[in-house]
Amino acid sequence: MDVILLQLLNGLDKGGAYALIALGLTLIFGTLGVVNFAHGALFMLGAFCAVSFHEILNIEMVAIDPEKTTAWGTPLEIRTPYVETYLGDFGHWMLNYSVPVSILLAIPVMLLVGFVMERGLIKHFYNRPHADQILVTFGLAIVLQEIIKTVFGANPIPQTAPQTVRGAADIGAALGFDPGVIVYPYWRMVYLGFAAAVIGAVFAFLKFTTFGMVVRAGMADRDTVGLLGINIERRFTIVFAIAAVVAGLAGVMYTPILPPDYHMGMDFLVLSFVVVVVGGMGSLPGAVAAGFLLGILQSFASMNEVKAILPGIDQIIIYLVAVVILLVRPRGLLGRKGVMES
Amino acid sequence: MEILRVEGVNKSFGGLRALNNVNFAVEEGAVHAIIGPNGAGKSTFLNCLIGRLVPDTGTVMFGDISLTGMKPYEINQAGVSRVFQTPEIFAELTLLENVMIPTMAKRDGKFALHAFKRLDQDAEIVDGAMQMLEEVGLEQKRNVVAGSLSRGDKRRLELAMCLSQDPKLLLLDEPTAGMSRADTNNTIDLLQRISGRGITKVVIEHDMHVVFSLAEKVTVLAQGAIIAEGKPEDIKGDPRVQEAYLGGAHL
Amino acid sequence: MVLKNSSPTSDLIFFAVFAVAVLTMPVWLEPIGAGYPDLLQKFAIYGLFATGFNLLFGLTGYLSFGHAAFLGVGSYTAVWTFKLLGMNPIPAVIMAIITSGIFALLIGYVSLRRSGIYFSILTLAFAQMSYNLAYSVLTPITNGETGLRVLRSDPRLFDGAGEAQGPLLANLFGFEMTGYAGFYFCAVVLLIGFFIAQRIFRSPFGIMLRAVKTNQNRMTYTGLNPRPYTLAAFVISGMYAGLAGALLCITDPLAGAERMQWTASGEVVLMTILGGAGTLLGPILGAALIKYFENIFSAFNEQTLHEIFGFLPDFLEYPVVSVSSLFVGEGWHLTLGVLFMIIVIFLPGGLMEGVSRITRLFRRKPQKSEPSRATAPAE
Repeated sequence: MDVILLQLLNGLDKGGAYALIALGLTLIFGTLGVVNFAHGALFMLGAFCAVSFHEILNIEMVAIDPEKTTAWGTPLEIRTPYVETYLGDFGHWMLNYSVPVSILLAIPVMLLVGFVMERGLIKHFYNRPHADQILVTFGLAIVLQEIIKTVFGANPIPQTAPQTVRGAADIGAALGFDPGVIVYPYWRMVYLGFAAAVIGAVFAFLKFTTFGMVVRAGMADRDTVGLLGINIERRFTIVFAIAAVVAGLAGVMYTPILPPDYHMGMDFLVLSFVVVVVGGMGSLPGAVAAGFLLGILQSFASMNEVKAILPGIDQIIIYLVAVVILLVRPRGLLGRKGVMES
Repeated sequence: MEILRVEGVNKSFGGLRALNNVNFAVEEGAVHAIIGPNGAGKSTFLNCLIGRLVPDTGTVMFGDISLTGMKPYEINQAGVSRVFQTPEIFAELTLLENVMIPTMAKRDGKFALHAFKRLDQDAEIVDGAMQMLEEVGLEQKRNVVAGSLSRGDKRRLELAMCLSQDPKLLLLDEPTAGMSRADTNNTIDLLQRISGRGITKVVIEHDMHVVFSLAEKVTVLAQGAIIAEGKPEDIKGDPRVQEAYLGGAHL
Repeated sequence: MVLKNSSPTSDLIFFAVFAVAVLTMPVWLEPIGAGYPDLLQKFAIYGLFATGFNLLFGLTGYLSFGHAAFLGVGSYTAVWTFKLLGMNPIPAVIMAIITSGIFALLIGYVSLRRSGIYFSILTLAFAQMSYNLAYSVLTPITNGETGLRVLRSDPRLFDGAGEAQGPLLANLFGFEMTGYAGFYFCAVVLLIGFFIAQRIFRSPFGIMLRAVKTNQNRMTYTGLNPRPYTLAAFVISGMYAGLAGALLCITDPLAGAERMQWTASGEVVLMTILGGAGTLLGPILGAALIKYFENIFSAFNEQTLHEIFGFLPDFLEYPVVSVSSLFVGEGWHLTLGVLFMIIVIFLPGGLMEGVSRITRLFRRKPQKSEPSRATAPAE
């Protein structure tokens, strides 16, 4: 029982990331009708927003202490980040909380990236075949990740969670199990809560605003909404930018869990696509449900007990589920009948 | 002898009853027209015949074969061809290639792996296809890409493709829709010319001029049900038919 | 189109010219710095890979994003054949074609039940599965991250391991498959592959594949079942990929799982698109160009750039060099990505379309009388 609970928890945070990326993917597919292979790159860009923010904060002032020397006899250098010098405790707090605070940087950056991407490239591919869309966004994904590689190098850059949430909670003990069995890092809880909040915000936005209503109508029937004389183009841009922000935020908050490197986006993209397919192309609740479901499944598959019976199952479980779903129920778990079934 | 016998066919889409207990039979060699106002279920009916749709209930017998549940390509192999309202052709291929494909399908069946033979060395196929193009008057354009044809020519091409299979039953879905008067007359001439081959034809048509110059028997469909059937001249005067058309027009 | 401008004679001439061009590559590629065997081998091998991919994508329009899996399967099979049977490349080639064919049959049977983007995702999923498995539980077969290679202790049934003291290289009746011998072996295989592809293009089977791409509806209503046609194309194309994988190991007997990664699948798509999907020569051209530039560009460094742009005044030279240095060396993939986008955006028909556009431009005047026959009357 405790083991199952632990795996459930372990699956949830990864599932949260899948759900956030898949949510944007399916939003873009449902409204714009575009298959965006660069969506993983947006996740990666978000993660690197956190990295850059941290590096900017960490620009250090180097002073030499004239009276002390190091063990090697060289003058002792005292390095203090400028923010701490000028902002004191607040600066210190900023450094500590650099990951969550970098959301403030990530939102405008991702909005801009989304806007430029849609206006500059995606827009011209609305009426091109899906194969062309896949290919051009695939090219874009390569370009984006190579740019990041040139700037930040090829190695992962670990980020730390704020000190207060750096440890792990012994949830098991709180629930009456033996202490030390179910230990869950605080930050993963934060991530889970964050993912839930973002998903909730997106759904609320789509449900309660006029804009969201038009978008939902567009997902249900694109042609008719076009005929209503609504300026679809501008809405497309906004939808794309929102999806970019969601993916970016998912990336920002994921950095303490997985040190970001330039190809993290590709890894997540393939899985998120599978998530979208399992959930149902163009179904938002489907994407979220499938994201969490597959995250949890993956975490169960990596249990030693399971691997002992089915070796290697942890490596392929997600793809296997996708294959089965595509063959048995091509519209996906929550997809509408007739959408992309052939 | 009846070549096609449809019994008790029903088809619904959600709450909409598109076909309501349709019973329908076609004599071998006949030209049978189906008319009716828009939304009467004519195209749905044809779709049920060729396997694009599966009827909810009822049977479709083609000679001794039951077509219900058969795959579209099996139905075609059994001898049913269809000309669509919007021509379904191979738009990226040349006219000659377009006609060669059904010619090969007739000879080789649903699948044959001839990966090493040269297609242009296969005299039987090339000549057969050329002959068919000549028959519909498109031989001049044999090397033109089919997608660049006019709508009328696309129709004629599709007709040639269907004819090259020597079907027993040919279904024509509004073969003259959107055509000029001259083109329409050409098509009528063409259809009359091929009637010598003894192909049974079921024609859906809006244009009464076409119906009366071709059909031997007319079935009237309205709101998914057959409301009248008979010789063209009888149908013309049938008050139910006039009501269905006029009522449809006013609503 | 197929029949309009091809006849058995013209095809034969085309093939002969192509064969001469391929076999004399060491000579005429010398001046541009590509006349050395390692690179020439890559041209032939990836040309073959792309030719096979094109039989599927170019003819039927089915975009597979998992073809690298077959490349990998071919490679592993080839190395295992070396290990078990001996270093002769012929059995390795045959075994690789058979295994990758079976593999393609299984994956194709499942994937082809869907079309469009779903097909792409299914093939991608299968390829990722193979890649993940090759890295993890299949380590006894694939030797995981280290990669599979031939060892002295291997049985090698036919050429007696243990005693044989020679280097562990593929060996065709005394010719070691490295250097130019390796290139000529690959070149001959490429020519065979090209010849078969040419025949398929002109065959009834080929036209059925193009019919699949153009209009599957009409195909089914013409009494044809598209699925066995696409499956046959998928299997043939998988066999080409497996063959290319085997050649990679014949010229260098080492197989690694990274060969199966989906970026590798993306690369063959790019080669085909760059050259021109659906044309015979395009994919080979695309493969050669990409491998050539990969080789040239990734070898560049700032020093070479300074030499190239040395003619510029200093205030221009430095910015130009620093910008262009992003695209070379380690940054070669950036160039690849940009190239990918440019081709898809501006020249979806690839370089072959570019060539035919240019020739049309030059020929426009003499042809003036002909289009009147070709253009359709207005609707």
